[in-house]
Amino acid sequence: MTDEKLKFGFYWAASCGGCEIAVLDIDEKILDVVARADILFWPVAIDTKYRDVEAMPDGHMDVCFFNGAVRTTEQEELAHLLRKKSKYLVAFGSCAVTGGIPGLANIANREEVFRTAYLDNPSTVNEEGVLPSTESRVKEGKLTLPGFYDTVKSLDQVVDVDYYLPGCPPPTNLILDAVTAVFDGKLPPKGTVIAPNKSVCDECRFERSEKRITKIRRIYEVEKVEDKCLLEQGIICYGPATRGGCGARCLDANMPCTGCGGPTPNSLDQGGKMISALASILGLDNEESMTDEEVEKLLDGVVDPIGTFYKYGLPTALINRRVEK
Amino acid sequence: MTEDSFEPNVIAFLCNWCSYAGADLAGTSRLKYPPNVRDIRLMCSGRVDPVFILEALRQGIDGVLVAGCHPGDCHYQSGNYKTNRKVRLLGRLLKELNMEPGRVRFEYISASEGQKFADVVTDFVSQLKELGPNPLKGECP
Repeated sequence: MTDEKLKFGFYWAASCGGCEIAVLDIDEKILDVVARADILFWPVAIDTKYRDVEAMPDGHMDVCFFNGAVRTTEQEELAHLLRKKSKYLVAFGSCAVTGGIPGLANIANREEVFRTAYLDNPSTVNEEGVLPSTESRVKEGKLTLPGFYDTVKSLDQVVDVDYYLPGCPPPTNLILDAVTAVFDGKLPPKGTVIAPNKSVCDECRFERSEKRITKIRRIYEVEKVEDKCLLEQGIICYGPATRGGCGARCLDANMPCTGCGGPTPNSLDQGGKMISALASILGLDNEESMTDEEVEKLLDGVVDPIGTFYKYGLPTALINRRVEK
Repeated sequence: MTEDSFEPNVIAFLCNWCSYAGADLAGTSRLKYPPNVRDIRLMCSGRVDPVFILEALRQGIDGVLVAGCHPGDCHYQSGNYKTNRKVRLLGRLLKELNMEPGRVRFEYISASEGQKFADVVTDFVSQLKELGPNPLKGECP
């Protein structure tokens, strides 16, 4: 590696901002990063303009870390622009990798999202029923806003992506792995997910025995979490269907995994895999004598199938939005 | 395509020990049933992963039939119970995705039930004709 400093960029699209904070969660090591790399573009932290990026030659930035899903025309444009100006584009965090929480909007469309956010929301006062529009005229002139799509997309559904860094937000050890790989010039093959190939269960501290659920319980219904696998206690934990790398940190806090690491390697659909895992251990004890009504009653414990099975990944699921007829 | 000319495509996942033999019996008994169904033999209905069904629907299949041994008859003890629950849970997900859960059906069909296999296929196909084509048909690249 030459003495010349590397050039990094960061961008946020449809996301909560947690990924930006995760960058700083590497603590004092951020100093090592800025010692070896210049940050040319980072809207949340430094005052750079889109035109500064447009003025760069193609491939000028070495690595761009892109967090957030794509749901507006502005985000889509920036995805294309940053792709062009970066040697490596990294999908950073669940939203960019699999669509994330904003991706749950795919069970609705633009009109319904706007209605909920601007009209039906009890804490919103909007007597004139004003909705965002891409162009509005005021006496000073014309005001514009980015267009809003019906369907939320992950980054790689819009542009070519080199690496994936999953997690909500990505764990600091994985961020450091990625940055170190860039500094050492030891980048893995294109398309690699920078995380281990094992599931969250593999990193979980809880003891596992034969899994069987007699009743699904939500976390608030559990008075005291016992020191054993949460699935065995009837709490839906996404560990079996989720890629690890996080050290099962939610489990360390007695909270179930909700799946932010994305699907395990070679799995086509995280939700489908979890349905398979959950249905297989549900009511195992007396499955021979169970009537269909009793099975249905057990399944009533899954109160929100989409929110449970695709909390972070509806846009990249096999059926990736509500079916429009 | 008009309502009358719509012929649904059905994929059937049949277990080796009961349902596939049942389908075979329907054939050797020369029972009549609609030719819309394509059979895939698996060792056990428990092998059916919900991901198979989701992928089939994404690719535009109109209906998925999963059939296994009757309760108590599974060659591997319990694969049929598990798949019954998988299909039911998947149905709840499909409903929220606005895809008709009726496009996926689970049945117990034994090796001696050639007639039941023919009846189930006949009924399923007529039900799918009422539902119409899979709305995702043609969307998959």
